[in-house]
Amino acid sequence: MKTSSFKIDGRVCTAETGLNLIEAAKQNGVFIPTLCHFKHLDPLGTCRVCTVKLNSRDVAGCTVRVADGMEIEVNTPELLDTRKAIIEMMFVEGNHFCPSCEKSGDCPMQNLGYETGIKFTRFPHLFIDRITDARPERIVVNQNRCIKCKRCIEEVKTFDGYNIFYSINKGNKTMVSIDYEQEAKLSELQAAHAMHICPTGAILVKGKSFSKPFGDRKFDAIIEEKTMSLNPVKKHRTTTKKKIVATTSLAGCFGCHMSMLDVDLGILDLFEVIEFNKSPITDIKNFSKHCDIGLIEGGCCNTHNIEVLREFRKNCDILVSVGECAIWGGLPAMRNTFPLEACLKESYLDSMTSEENETIIPNHEDIPKILNKVYANHEIVKIDHHIPGCPPDSSHIWNVVKNILFQEEYSIAYPKYKYD
Amino acid sequence: MNRTGLLNKLWEFQNKFGYISENAIAQIAQKLNVSKIEIEGVVSFYHFFHRRPTGKYIIYLNNSIISEFKGFQQIKAAFEKETGCTFGCYDENPLFSLFETSCIGLSDQEPAALINFFPFTNLTAEKVKTIIQQLKNGNSLRFISSNPTSKIQYLPPEDKTIFYRKYEMGITLKKLKNHTPDEILNLISAANLEGRGGAFFPTAKKWKSSKDSVSTKKYIICNADEGEPGTFKDKSLLNNLSGLVIEGMIIAAYISGATTGFIYLRAEYLHLLEKIENTLREFQVNNLLGNDILGIPKFNFNIQIQIGAGAYVCGEESALIESLEGKRGEARIKKYFPTEYGYLGYSTIVNNVETFAMAARIIELGTHFISTIGTKESKGTKVLSICGDVAKPGIYEIEWGMTMKEILHLCQATSPHFIQISGPSGICINETEFDRKICKEDLICGGSIMVFNNFRSITKILENYTAFFKEESCGVCTPCRAGNQILHEKIKKIKKGICTIEDLAEIKEWGKIIKLTSRCGLGQFSANTLVMALDKFEGYFNQKIIKTNENLNVEFDMEAAVYNYDSLIKDTQPPNP
Ligand SMILES: Cc1cc2nc3c(=O)[nH]c(=O)nc-3n(C[C@H](O)[C@H](O)[C@H](O)COP(=O)(O)O)c2cc1C
Ligand code: SF4
Ligand code: SF4
Ligand code: SF4
Ligand code: FES
Repeated sequence: MKTSSFKIDGRVCTAETGLNLIEAAKQNGVFIPTLCHFKHLDPLGTCRVCTVKLNSRDVAGCTVRVADGMEIEVNTPELLDTRKAIIEMMFVEGNHFCPSCEKSGDCPMQNLGYETGIKFTRFPHLFIDRITDARPERIVVNQNRCIKCKRCIEEVKTFDGYNIFYSINKGNKTMVSIDYEQEAKLSELQAAHAMHICPTGAILVKGKSFSKPFGDRKFDAIIEEKTMSLNPVKKHRTTTKKKIVATTSLAGCFGCHMSMLDVDLGILDLFEVIEFNKSPITDIKNFSKHCDIGLIEGGCCNTHNIEVLREFRKNCDILVSVGECAIWGGLPAMRNTFPLEACLKESYLDSMTSEENETIIPNHEDIPKILNKVYANHEIVKIDHHIPGCPPDSSHIWNVVKNILFQEEYSIAYPKYKYD
Repeated sequence: MNRTGLLNKLWEFQNKFGYISENAIAQIAQKLNVSKIEIEGVVSFYHFFHRRPTGKYIIYLNNSIISEFKGFQQIKAAFEKETGCTFGCYDENPLFSLFETSCIGLSDQEPAALINFFPFTNLTAEKVKTIIQQLKNGNSLRFISSNPTSKIQYLPPEDKTIFYRKYEMGITLKKLKNHTPDEILNLISAANLEGRGGAFFPTAKKWKSSKDSVSTKKYIICNADEGEPGTFKDKSLLNNLSGLVIEGMIIAAYISGATTGFIYLRAEYLHLLEKIENTLREFQVNNLLGNDILGIPKFNFNIQIQIGAGAYVCGEESALIESLEGKRGEARIKKYFPTEYGYLGYSTIVNNVETFAMAARIIELGTHFISTIGTKESKGTKVLSICGDVAKPGIYEIEWGMTMKEILHLCQATSPHFIQISGPSGICINETEFDRKICKEDLICGGSIMVFNNFRSITKILENYTAFFKEESCGVCTPCRAGNQILHEKIKKIKKGICTIEDLAEIKEWGKIIKLTSRCGLGQFSANTLVMALDKFEGYFNQKIIKTNENLNVEFDMEAAVYNYDSLIKDTQPPNP
């Protein structure tokens, strides 16, 4: 066996010549994130989250075989951000509603979101209508989650060697589709394997997707007290007076507020240092003071939400989007892949409980108008910080608040950092 | 039937039935021993293959930016009015189906369309009416179609013209008889020939790599997929000098030892097929193709033509090879050069049409002659296709080193403002750069110049580009597939007039990410022009930006957001009592 000596981030490393860089880096204690890379398959090179620099040129790490003298950069700030951006692209290209996803907790893509510290995506979500195909015998293919990594195409075949999955269309319409005839030949084990190798929740085996309970899943199990870093955020100027906090729930479910209250008795300690102004917690309806921080649950689905949000922006120094709905629309944004007309008709005219021949969609000048889609708060006003989760853990919310208001050390245990 | 014959097989079905049915797919899948979805995947990759029945006449109207500015919308409306069909719909009209398509290589004669791949140029609403009437009357397409030949507008003085000089079949090839492959290769190398397909890779180096390869079979591919919007210089070379191009391929084969060549001809250029086939036949008759060419023992070489099926990315060499193999035209990962691992795994030389033509001229005219023309680093001449807001669109053969100003003067550009060099994947230049010279030392050009005057909306140009890339990405890698879509959304935002200074900064940042992380040239260059335009036309974009309130910071279009609701409520109100 020939070994090669090469450098990763300036450190001399060695590995077997010709070894895949991802493995070689791992042997030398360097983690390069991957999604499409799959042990024995030829490099697929589709997802690009493994982007590193080889002799100053950007390349997909999984397509590199190590050789003597290579200079590889992995963890420069620029590369860390580039890789994060690629994962963000996946989140906005598909429709990833982690809180309602069967794969949540077992999902390598979600986990990379955590690993790279994605709190919100820099890109706007595209909200493209994609199908969930339950026609196959054993499996369900949910196109909302597929990242077109091609693992399934290369790895899952029938016993007689036929492809079950294959890409169809091109450009932004590309998707990975399924052959019903071939799929019917899959054994139970093969189907389970397909679900297992899919790095997202796009392939599910009917009746099997919840066999492992949430909490016991692959990425739930990480116990080490790894902490998440806080993006640099505007810190509030320190003064001695009590800080004033406002909260509101826009297009949310009040779950985030419940989570705020989940500090239990801790709330009493909080009251020592903060006071609430406008908030459902105090039932103060209007701002009576300028506030130091505003916590927004939920995104904007109607004109009233926008008015409230703008009012918060005017009355709060720092504005925080709390929870998935506030950050990018969350579950209410499930409607974003459909035209508003279809949603309203389905709710008021064609639903099972609507009157026969109903033609009127309830409306009144006092009822806020429904927006064409649910908007993320940062699409409407400037948001200073985002706290992911559905809902975020109580400690996460208050740690962030205390960090911003009192510069208290921010630490949020890794298992508490979740999108679901 | 082999897998490599898949595209031809699909064309057979498409031509015979107007579409590729479920049944056809099942048949083919069975023959090839693959699952149906795999065939479906190939069919759906190419936009000239249809999965649903089409009319007797399939009309493809070019939607490139040049067409857009020359009246695309009116022509589109005219076609819809005259046929009663809708673009992009399979509306089961027995006579007509209408589709948009990206550039068809007729940018000097826009608006233009292909009807069953017969060209119709300089369209007007009147003309459309006549054409449709004629077709309804059963007139033959061959007789009513237009002549797609591009006008050759400019040539250097005779002693400096390289391409468009007299061509005589075979005189170049005769020289092969007295020279070894190495000697011929040295001539190409001495002339510093660099690829004319856009990447300017040294041709001799590529050919040497294949020559030195131990591959048991070798291939030569002529890349005639010219899909870069606004480009039609390869079309003109194939139209006027197909023999010269073929001689270039034969020279390459002589050097590398290849026995088979392919011309990958885009379907948009089907109207050239007959001509090229005739030339090939002549070559065969004259023993310039076939076995023991020119009496040189064991010098065997044959050329086949493969018709593409509508996919810009198939111009990328590795995607082209995949397509030739009967697969989806997805770019390969860059582990090997095609000369190391190409068509079916064998060493393969892929070159542009113009590169082959130039190689033939180098052998014919000698390196000394070539070296007296051009600049220090760019030797010889360059074929350009020029279109847009110019009085004389068409083909220009220029000596390398000509300034932009001279070119604009030659083509009689009217108030030139935004100039696109080498197509949307290339770069744009503004008025301050008109003194730049077209050559490697300064402003390299792949062969296309699009001129836009100062009345043209830059946003519209860029929107057209991003729409093109988002559709033509092969879809295999995330940044190109998702990124171009994201950028397209951004442009739409600028167009709506709700763009902030942050939006512009984001375009630059995001464009860079797409550039750095994409797998192939398409993604690597798709955001180029866009990012560049923001700086080069800063004044224009500054006017587009709205100053936002510091606190709100973000611009939000409330009116647009409630528009749907308002109109729906209005439509569902009971009539006033
Ligand atoms: C998206 C894309 C499209 C391309 N289209 C063409 C084309 O239409 N014709 C061409 O000759 N080269 C095209 N190229 C360049 C080819 O990949 C390749 O570099 C070229 O054919 C090599 O020939 P040359 O060395 O003679 O230029 C394209 C590249 C990319 C990335
Ligand atoms: S768990 Fe994974 S697949 Fe499911 S929605 Fe979240 S990121 Fe997507
Ligand atoms: S279904 Fe899963 S494995 Fe297959 S391409 Fe999509 S994300 Fe990858
Ligand atoms: S950059 Fe675009 S065209 Fe190239 S491989 Fe990636 S998706 Fe395909
Ligand atoms: S892991 Fe390398 S491209 Fe996907």
